Order: sequence, then structure tokens, then C-alpha cells
Amino acid sequence: MSHLDLLTFARGSALNWALIVFAAGIVLRLFEILGLGRKADLARPRTDSPGSGWRTIFSRTLPPPGMLKREPVTYFGGYVFHFGLFIAIFFFAPHIEFFRGMTGLHWSSLPSALVDASVVAAIVALGALLAHRLNNKVKRMLSGLGDYIAWTATMLPLLTGYMAYHHLFVEYTLMLTLHLFSVELLLVLLPFTKLFHTFSLFISRWYNGDFFGRKGVAS
Amino acid sequence: MKKQQQTEALPGTVGEGLKQRGVTRREFLKFCTAMTAMLALPPAMASVMAEAISKARRQSVIWLSFQECTGCTEAITRSHSPTLENLIFDLISLDYHHTLQAASGEAAELARTQAMKDNEGKYLLIVDGSIPMGNPGYSCIAGISNYDMLVETAKGAAAIVAVGTCATYGGIPKADPNPTGAVSVADIIKDKPIINVPGCPPIPVVMTGVLAHFLTFGGLPEMDDLGRPKSFYGDTIHDRCYRRPFYDQGKFAQSFDDEGARQGWCLFKLGCKGPVTYNACATTKWNDGTSFPIQSGHGCIGCSEPNFWDAGPLYQALSMPVSATPSMLAKAAAVGAAAGVAITWHNRSKKAAAKAAHEKVTVQELKREEK
Repeated sequence: MSHLDLLTFARGSALNWALIVFAAGIVLRLFEILGLGRKADLARPRTDSPGSGWRTIFSRTLPPPGMLKREPVTYFGGYVFHFGLFIAIFFFAPHIEFFRGMTGLHWSSLPSALVDASVVAAIVALGALLAHRLNNKVKRMLSGLGDYIAWTATMLPLLTGYMAYHHLFVEYTLMLTLHLFSVELLLVLLPFTKLFHTFSLFISRWYNGDFFGRKGVAS
Repeated sequence: MKKQQQTEALPGTVGEGLKQRGVTRREFLKFCTAMTAMLALPPAMASVMAEAISKARRQSVIWLSFQECTGCTEAITRSHSPTLENLIFDLISLDYHHTLQAASGEAAELARTQAMKDNEGKYLLIVDGSIPMGNPGYSCIAGISNYDMLVETAKGAAAIVAVGTCATYGGIPKADPNPTGAVSVADIIKDKPIINVPGCPPIPVVMTGVLAHFLTFGGLPEMDDLGRPKSFYGDTIHDRCYRRPFYDQGKFAQSFDDEGARQGWCLFKLGCKGPVTYNACATTKWNDGTSFPIQSGHGCIGCSEPNFWDAGPLYQALSMPVSATPSMLAKAAAVGAAAGVAITWHNRSKKAAAKAAHEKVTVQELKREEK
């Protein structure tokens, strides 16, 4: 099997199955979580705070007072990584073409050099976050195998994408194939690991915000 | 007698032949310098190459054409004509090529067997076209199946040059569902040095480059994993493309011949496969360096790569899925929803059962555990 054959497999059957598992998995998990339901809160709300849930979605993105100083690596690393990953996924021209192929939607891309810089920043931030996780006693104690799997599954597409773009170590077609395989691994793992926070994050923030709003501690 | 006179009129060495044709030493050295540069050899090798080629005996070449469209022959014989490369070609002894030779039928086949006999172990075998393995009758020459002719002719060859993507990797005849059971030369011949010169068709100067290397060093140039000479197939078309800077700037043609395409913007979105195609089109170009497909406004279709015809739609960007569709995703989501409903039902049943099985305990029933 030549490298191009492998790439065709990665773009074809392998991608199809990864997308099927991803789409089915996401919907399944959402049904599972939302289907659990909550007991009706019969108490009268302590305060009238409409929109508390929606405000919390945004307010929780900012660090609570004092936390930025206390946990700079966690906050700055988190911001840089997520922002870099977002730019790499949604503003690299070939990625936009992928979304156009799947949804018909497309938008303007950023110059490759800018996306490249974002990827480097994201890789460095992810590395720093892992180092911090390993060196911080509390974080290390709280971390399980799932966290390290999630970290690896996120790091691999960034690394292989960077190496493919810069033609490092392995022939380009093969590296591009490895990049696709790593993305497919991420797609398959995402619904069933902590990476699912991509979808559950805003739902849980809204719920928490709304719940606390009723209890009188609205954001 | 007549045949003997003809033989005497032919040049003994390439150097003599060049002299007969009025090619000056300066022109010949210029050619050799260009060749050494293309083959990525040190500049000092130009004079060594000139010396070796001019002294070389006319190389006996047998050219076999199997399941092909004659595009390879068309490209090689016409595209650079007339140039020094063609003269070099004239000066090899092309003993058999059923498209170009005047003889036909038994006389043609006799020329092949005679050349094989006279140059046992020394002749160069060039093959274009794939070999059908499904049924020998799919492709025959003078009643001889392609497979039999290849095996017979390859036996006494010094080396084999597979020309064009059909001979090198099966090409379009091998495209799914491969009705003839087409295979490449390397799939059949395992005991001879084979160099692959893929392309649909390949670039003529690559052919002459390989020949020049063979005449100079008596062997084949350094090759990559797919048996291609590295000097010509070492870089992707994308990396050598004059439109590459626009890719980096994020400037893309949106449709064929739009304003962007005319300004030289990248054709990636129109399906160009340059990023994964190794060939010299962007540097060597075609028709005496005039142009190449991307320069003419059409993306690369990846014709020098194995199974390029089955490597996804030609006019979709390389990063687009080959066969995934939104309806496929919708069906997967529906399956996920059904599974989600089933799990929810199971969870709720479990919860209801636990609630029903719950027994209230009074304070009186509780006992203190003695330590």
C-alpha cells in the first residue's frame, strides 16, 4: 500500500467511520445526560435573576478574583491552548474546505503563517499544562488515565499537523495521513472522554448559573 | 549487402552520431551540464558525463507497449522536438517500438528477438502500459500475450525502465474495478533492476535523464521508495509551484479562470493534488519549458502517484472527505438518538425500580453498631 493509498483510506472509509462514531456518540451522550433529568425545584426562587444561566456561560470563562495570580499556568495555558486550537481548526484554509465539504458553509481563512503560530502556541501551552499537572500535587492526585488519554488525543493532531506543514521527520503524504488518523482518533474518543466538555460545557454552565440564580447567588 | 551498407552508415558511438548530425561539442556540453543539474549531480560530473556518453556504444533499446494509450510515446517523441534530447534519442538503437518502427507483423517481432539475441544481457527494456492478468487475450501483440512478451524480453535485459503510470503502478487500466486485472511491471518482474518513470504521460526530459545516467554510469540513478529517480521525483509539485506563496497567504482561486486564478492564486480549493504529488512538472515543465497544467489554470491530478485515479474526486480539495456526506452524519445522529432514548429508558427504569424497592426505616429500627 502506497502512502497515497493510505491517505485515500484515511480520507475515505476511516474518516466515515470516525464521523459516524462521533455523530452517534455525541447525540447519544446528550440524550443520556439530558435524559437523566432533575427533580423539580418546588421552592420559590430566592431572587428574581433572569438570564443568570446565560451570563454564567460567559462569566465562568473569566478567573475568579485572585485565582489568576494563584494559578497563572492553568489560566493562561488554558486560554492560549483553547484559542490556538480554535484558530487552527476553524481558520486554516484546508480545514475550512473540510467543513465546506460536510456542511456547505465556508468563511475566510487566515494566512498559513498566522495559523502556524497559533498551533505552536497551542502546543507549547498544552505541554506547559501537562508539566503543571504532573508537578502540582493536587492536580496530579485528581488526574486519572482518562485525563492523560484526552491530553494525548488532543496533542497528536496538533503535532502531526505542525509536522506535516513543515515537512518534518516523515514524508509529507504519510504525515498528512497520520494527521488524519490522529484527528479520527480524537473524533472517536471525544464523545466518551472528558473531551466531551466541548459539547457539555455550555449546557452545564447554563444549568449551574440558573440553579444558583434561583438560590440567590446569581452571577 | 544492402543491410551491411546501412549498418556501416550508422554511427558506432553516440559521439560519432552527434558529429554526423552537426551537434557541436559546446552544445553537447551544455546538454550534459543541464542533465547533471537535473540529476542533482555535482557540476564536475558534466564533463565526465559528456565523455562517457560520447564514447558509449549506441545503447540497444527495446520498447514494449502494453495496455496504454500511446500518450507516453506521443509525449516523448513530440513535446521537445527538435532538441538535443531527441537527437540523443535518435542515437540510441531503438530496435523495437511497434508504434514508431516501420516494420510490422513478423518482421517487427523478428527485430525484437534479433536485438535480444545480439545484445543479450546488455539491452535496455522500456515498457509503457500495464499488463492484464485477467485473461491473456485482453491485450496481445502478434498473438503473444503482454505477460509472455514481458517475461521473455525481460530475461536478457540489463535493466528495465517502466514509463508512464500504467507500467509503473497499473495506472488507469488498474482503476477500480480493474476489469482486466491490470498490474505493473514491478508486480511481475522481480529479478531485474527496474526504474519507474511515472506520469500520465511522464516528462520527456526525465526519460533522457535516466538514459543519460545509464549511459554514463552503467546503472540506474538513486531512487525513492516507489522506484522513481529522486532527482526528478524528490519534491512535491506544491513545494515547487509558483502559486505556492499564495497558498501561504491564504489566497485561493474560487473557480476555474476567475480573477484569482489568472493572478496566479493557489488552485488548492479547485482540487489540486500538488501537495501529495511528487514530480518535476513545476520545475522542468512541458513543451520545452513553456508551461505545465497548474500554469494553464488546472490543478494537478496527481498522475505520477500510484492509484491516483481512485484517490478521491479530482475536483474536490485534498482536505475534503472522499465519501462522507451530511446525510451519513444525519443517519449516524439518528442512530445515536435511538440509542440515547434506549439508554435513557433503561436509566429511568432503574431509577423507578430503585424508588419502588426503597423501604423506609424508622429511628427505632436503627441499631447502634458496637465498636
